[in-house]
Amino acid sequence: MTVSLLARVEGEGALRVRITDGQVERAELNIYEPPRFFEAFLRGRGYAEAPDITARICGICPVAYQTSACNAIEQACGITLDQPLTVLRRLLYCGEWISSHTLHIYLLHAPDFLGYPDAIALAHDHRDIVERGLALKKAGNAILELIGGRAIHPVNVRVGGFYRAPTRSELAPLAEQLTAALAYAQDTVRWVATFEFPDVELDHVLMAAHHEDQYAIEDGDISCTNGVAFSPAEFPQHVVEQHVPHSTALHARLDGRKYLTGPLARYTLNSTQLSPLARRSAQEAGLGPTCRNPFRSIVVRAVETVYAVEEALRIIKNYQRPDRPSVPVPSRSGIGHGLSEAPRGLLYHRYELDADGLIRSASIVPPTSQNQAAIEDDLREVVAANLALDDPDLTTLCERTIRNYDPCISCAAHFLDLTLERQ
Amino acid sequence: MSTPTLAVWKFASCDGCQLTLLDCEDELLSLAGQVRIAHFLEASSAVQPGPYDVSLVEGSITTSGDAERIRHIRAESGKLVTIGACATAGGIQALRNFGDVAEYASIVYASPQYIDTLATSTPISAHVPVDFELRGCPIDRRQLLEVLTAFLVGRKPDIPDTSVCTECKRRGLTCVMVADGTPCLGPVTHAGCGALCPAQSRGCYGCFGPMSGANIPALLPQLRSCGMREDDINRIFATFNVAAFSDEAEKDQG
Repeated sequence: MTVSLLARVEGEGALRVRITDGQVERAELNIYEPPRFFEAFLRGRGYAEAPDITARICGICPVAYQTSACNAIEQACGITLDQPLTVLRRLLYCGEWISSHTLHIYLLHAPDFLGYPDAIALAHDHRDIVERGLALKKAGNAILELIGGRAIHPVNVRVGGFYRAPTRSELAPLAEQLTAALAYAQDTVRWVATFEFPDVELDHVLMAAHHEDQYAIEDGDISCTNGVAFSPAEFPQHVVEQHVPHSTALHARLDGRKYLTGPLARYTLNSTQLSPLARRSAQEAGLGPTCRNPFRSIVVRAVETVYAVEEALRIIKNYQRPDRPSVPVPSRSGIGHGLSEAPRGLLYHRYELDADGLIRSASIVPPTSQNQAAIEDDLREVVAANLALDDPDLTTLCERTIRNYDPCISCAAHFLDLTLERQ
Repeated sequence: MSTPTLAVWKFASCDGCQLTLLDCEDELLSLAGQVRIAHFLEASSAVQPGPYDVSLVEGSITTSGDAERIRHIRAESGKLVTIGACATAGGIQALRNFGDVAEYASIVYASPQYIDTLATSTPISAHVPVDFELRGCPIDRRQLLEVLTAFLVGRKPDIPDTSVCTECKRRGLTCVMVADGTPCLGPVTHAGCGALCPAQSRGCYGCFGPMSGANIPALLPQLRSCGMREDDINRIFATFNVAAFSDEAEKDQG
């Protein structure tokens, strides 16, 4: 029986649950997003084209795609960025975290907790709250527009850095806007902390980028809650993608096991590296040093937004225009691995280049395909624990469970329509 | 007069063009006061049945199911506006039109037999009549608001079909091709972005597709003199609007 289309996810997919004799036999997240074959047509393209081409995999997190692509290609070509350029890349990425997290918190996720179909309906009763969210989101987009040239598919990112680095005075108005946004971000944490959260604890292995000096965003090595740690180059040895019949997204396994990446993983592995203000916000919102409740991911996103706004302000305060906008990247044959923390989780790219700088092969592992197996696992448990609910209520609960992960189905391949079969 | 209804639909795409609507932070709530958003899955779980006064369609047609779905949407829509390079030109996934889709599937998927896909990625206008095509990869926010406003009040949208050069000049930017020798597709690319790339000291890479009557042959020697090799030139036209630039090049040769 088809119950509904899954809304407020980026992209389109369906959930198929089969219940036989009161047992959950199967819970499958079907991803219908038509395949677009990026990895195939990247073959034979110039390495310099990868950031702009892969950005088009996802309109919600293009900076993540651009950054992971740059990291991988820079590694293949054996160059490292000048420090100020790495910092500018982090500032741009903070813009995407603020914008994407706020989109998810206010427009996609909060309506679930408050019983509204969408943020427009929420705004009928609480216009000031939605306006605050939109102002916060706008501050994130302002960073993307100023540094990147535009919010969706920025034009100023290139392998080796940027086409043009902004001047210090150009960044000044941004600091004013972000100072106001920092208060909105803290108010957001206080607001989402008042929601009611079902008591759920996940026992999946969590995996996130880790950087020894800072909360990992634009680069890092990989660490996992089971103690396993590895470099981006070792990613293919640990993570293997499988193709399952019910989805155009590939399912990834970490050393043969289901695992989860994203805000819960980042927070659980790296929360001690958050700023004092973000840690205090987290504490006031009732978070401990780790968080394994997927419903509370909205609180973690809000805390990360506080951090990203503060981090952007810090970078702007210390900003000196880099001596050059980019580092030259001479082509050479080689293989490079790159990753970054997309708002939805770890995004890995691998490229093999020939001596002329053409891409011989490309491999991209987006967060949603890494999380899909774990999401299905959680759905199975949610359905099993709530079989007494009638179909509409069970559907709503399943949809909420999926939205906890902010799945970006565009990335993984897209339309969620939910089918419950009871036999 | 009853409140007009707006629907937003998605086909093969990255979601970026429909996100542009949510990126109208200053206008979103007042827009929602003027129209009833009756179908917008990315933003709302409340779905109302058609017919719809205006439909915005993102994405290209790449499956037989989608070719069928767009016909139903057309039948339920008063005005149908396609948004973005995927919907207006087939998008970057139209690169398959020039390759072998079976080979593509075997490169990406271990079990290509699970994959349901057409050999081509085609614009919406190849399947149903379209009332207006808004270009861009992604579309421009101000242009989206202009098109929505125009259709809601029943007038023609004011969307210039000149080149990026005109916007670049109007912005007072120095020509990156003349001054720096940076290859730039501005002279043949449809206006709309506001000359974003030249403002970042970068040449235009054609994400809004060809302007009407683009003189591509006249630009080629200029690109060569900026140091582009033939394969570089072929690749720069073969991105987000590959099918549209390819049609334009054929017209020029014809």
